[in-house]
Amino acid sequence: MAGVTFVVNGRRETVNVPAEMPLLWVLRDTLNLTGTKYGCGISLCGACTVHVDGHPARACITPIASVSGKSVTTIEGLSADVTHPVQRAWIEEDVPQCGYCQSGQIMSAASLLTKTSHPTDADIDEAMRGNICRCGTYNQIRKALHRAAQIQAETKAAVQA
Amino acid sequence: MSALLTRRKLLWGTGGLAVAVWLPKLTTMAQRTRTPLPLKPSAYIHIGPDDAVTFVIVKGEMGQGIVTALSQVLAEELDCDWSKVRTEFAPVDPAAYGPMQGVYGSTSMRTMWTPMRKAGATARMMLVQAAAQKWNVDAAQLRTENGFVIGPVARAAYGSLADAAMRLPVPENVPVKDPKTFRLIGTSAKRLDTRGKVSGGTKFGIDAKVPGMLYAVTQRCPVFGGKVASFDAAKAKAVPGVKEVVQISNGVAVLADNTWSAMQGRRALSIQWDEGANANLSSASIRSAMAALAEKPGMVGRSSGDAAAGATKLEAVYEAPFLAHACMEPLNCTAHVRADSCEIWASTQMQSGARQTAAQITGLKPDQVRVNSMFMGGGFGRRGGVDFIGEAVEISKAVGVPVKLTWMREDDIQNGPFRPAAYVKFGGALDADGWPVALTARVICPSFFGGGDGVDGIAVEGIEDLAYAFPNFHLEYHKADGAVPTSFWRSVGYSQNTFFAESFLDELAAAGGKDPLAVRRRMLQNSPRALAVLNLAAEKAGWGQSPQGRFQGIALVNNIGSFTAQVAEVEMRNGKLRVQRVVCAIDCGRVVNPAIVKQQIEGGIVFGLTAALKGAITIDKGRAQQGNFDRYEMLRIDEMPKIEVHILNSEADPGGVGEASVPPIAPAVANAIFAATGKRLRSLPISLA
Repeated sequence: MAGVTFVVNGRRETVNVPAEMPLLWVLRDTLNLTGTKYGCGISLCGACTVHVDGHPARACITPIASVSGKSVTTIEGLSADVTHPVQRAWIEEDVPQCGYCQSGQIMSAASLLTKTSHPTDADIDEAMRGNICRCGTYNQIRKALHRAAQIQAETKAAVQA
Repeated sequence: MSALLTRRKLLWGTGGLAVAVWLPKLTTMAQRTRTPLPLKPSAYIHIGPDDAVTFVIVKGEMGQGIVTALSQVLAEELDCDWSKVRTEFAPVDPAAYGPMQGVYGSTSMRTMWTPMRKAGATARMMLVQAAAQKWNVDAAQLRTENGFVIGPVARAAYGSLADAAMRLPVPENVPVKDPKTFRLIGTSAKRLDTRGKVSGGTKFGIDAKVPGMLYAVTQRCPVFGGKVASFDAAKAKAVPGVKEVVQISNGVAVLADNTWSAMQGRRALSIQWDEGANANLSSASIRSAMAALAEKPGMVGRSSGDAAAGATKLEAVYEAPFLAHACMEPLNCTAHVRADSCEIWASTQMQSGARQTAAQITGLKPDQVRVNSMFMGGGFGRRGGVDFIGEAVEISKAVGVPVKLTWMREDDIQNGPFRPAAYVKFGGALDADGWPVALTARVICPSFFGGGDGVDGIAVEGIEDLAYAFPNFHLEYHKADGAVPTSFWRSVGYSQNTFFAESFLDELAAAGGKDPLAVRRRMLQNSPRALAVLNLAAEKAGWGQSPQGRFQGIALVNNIGSFTAQVAEVEMRNGKLRVQRVVCAIDCGRVVNPAIVKQQIEGGIVFGLTAALKGAITIDKGRAQQGNFDRYEMLRIDEMPKIEVHILNSEADPGGVGEASVPPIAPAVANAIFAATGKRLRSLPISLA
């Protein structure tokens, strides 16, 4: 058990846990960042989606040692005040029902928008099919994702102007 | 009443207004289940000196939007400022809330609608009276608006009046608003719980953290009803992070300083099981037992007319599998048992049961147990069980420190209790013109209420209470073996029986050469609300005019005080099924929040469609063969149909919505597949092979 140092939501953290312990449990149990959820433990549901160096990752199968020196963003760090375009669109559309899967949905959606500023329905299917929602909010997710793309474009336009 | 006010005051400190309202007995659920379930919950309003309005929500939130909807009802009658509304979950308190605090049967709005209106109206009246006294004017001269009492010469914020209002006697028989004047009820007010759910801040049960707590997972016997014979914990204890291993009544618990280490410890356990009587149980043996019962006369339920009537006769057997609930938040509970108290943090649909269970296990008095209701990551009936709460309490009692027990996904899917597998043998008859005139049904299903010897009302719901008028009807019931643990699953008996009945009705229509919609219309002449939703769904879907290559099926359910019809439109490409579009019409009485109703309807359709296309727990050697989302699959975004929801305008009291749209989707899809292929699907999940 050696210390692993990495950056979480802009803060440097060193944790003394087994090297193979998944990032999910380090976030939840060690660092008390409970926004990232456990759903299946084997990368089938997407509830634990975070960003590692800007790329989406399933925290439940990401050994802590593999993020050593890297930068991890969780739902709590996606924006300072819940103003990320995806979060704003999710609020506008009132997407969540139980809400348990939504941290993962939002992190996957944010990742998609980084790569593809105006995703098509097919892009959304591809990027979001790894995230299960048992409440069935998929059509709202799709609608909100298109809206988030708009918000992102408007925000960029405003910054450039 | 005054005792309650004092209790709340003690709980909350001074400087606020609290109102308690007693509820009438919950007759709907009692009738539905044929078991008297007296319920006297109450609701509270607290107004702080700073004008903050806090509503105490006696119902658990599992996504159904009840926190928002109940708040809308209270705020409407209270006339408060909606933007200042805060909510918190009620503690368990039978004196204040009745003996059955829980969420079940889509009853929350149905049972709380009137009491919440009265609570809001009564509190408003007390604020008005306080202002009248303060200004020495007649209360009739005062009105309220958005958190203010307004008089001829002055206005006062609710917060400035709350203290005085609380000292007034609680007036009785305060009138509620004329619905024509509603400004909040009937609007799609934004959900109060959205922001927390998109920021990661909402605390679900699994997010509870208590100082000094250990993290636990439990290994239960994989065979239903099996027990621990012996175990060796040495290797588990050697896993870094593992602190303790203890035996509890249904397995062995491993405790560690984090969840993952507890899971590793569990893998290292060596347990000898006494597998008990069910070690050879299989889906095949369960099915053949049900098939054998279907050949024998059963207990007679509703029966009228002549079961042997009619010219053309039809027979068919339908069946449905066990299903897991698979809430996205795996089951969990945090418990802290001390010598003289027990505190629980849980996402539970059954607050009263949680407290009772903890009291039984600890030997404490119920009022020494405190239950903290957390947001639920889905419930669907599974969180009405308190087994996982009992486990956490047992473990904490054994080790003497606070414990958070987490079920792994595999525990959730393998242990049940499941939606029961069920089997029905139908007989039907047509008259000389080909119209259905008789239906007989022999239903084989485990009992939902265990011990009873009569016809289990829930096991036959969806067939016995069909809205369609069969002049000749005869229902029989056999209680199937209950070796596999079963319980309530969103829409319960209707979840399988509506598939059975609506599919067989389609068979009768086809046998008579009739249009499925025409048959249904004809048989609903005495059920105007059912007929209206059927017609609306057909009209909006363009029944009979589907585009080239698309095929339609229709189905209806009358459950939980609502009427729901659906038309599914499917496409078959290279032998592969795709559900393209679902049109749903619902009459759920007066709607408090249309957006939330639509969410529930869409969600219910996805829940039902997931089961129809993918859902099955199969049993072999006494254990479930599925354990995670690889073999127990969920519908995903790329498989979503377009869903259109149409809500009928109604001034009837609110019906339920959470379970309304689940039952019709499987038969609507199966009937559409019949339209497309001529193949009649009589078992779930749908298989085209």
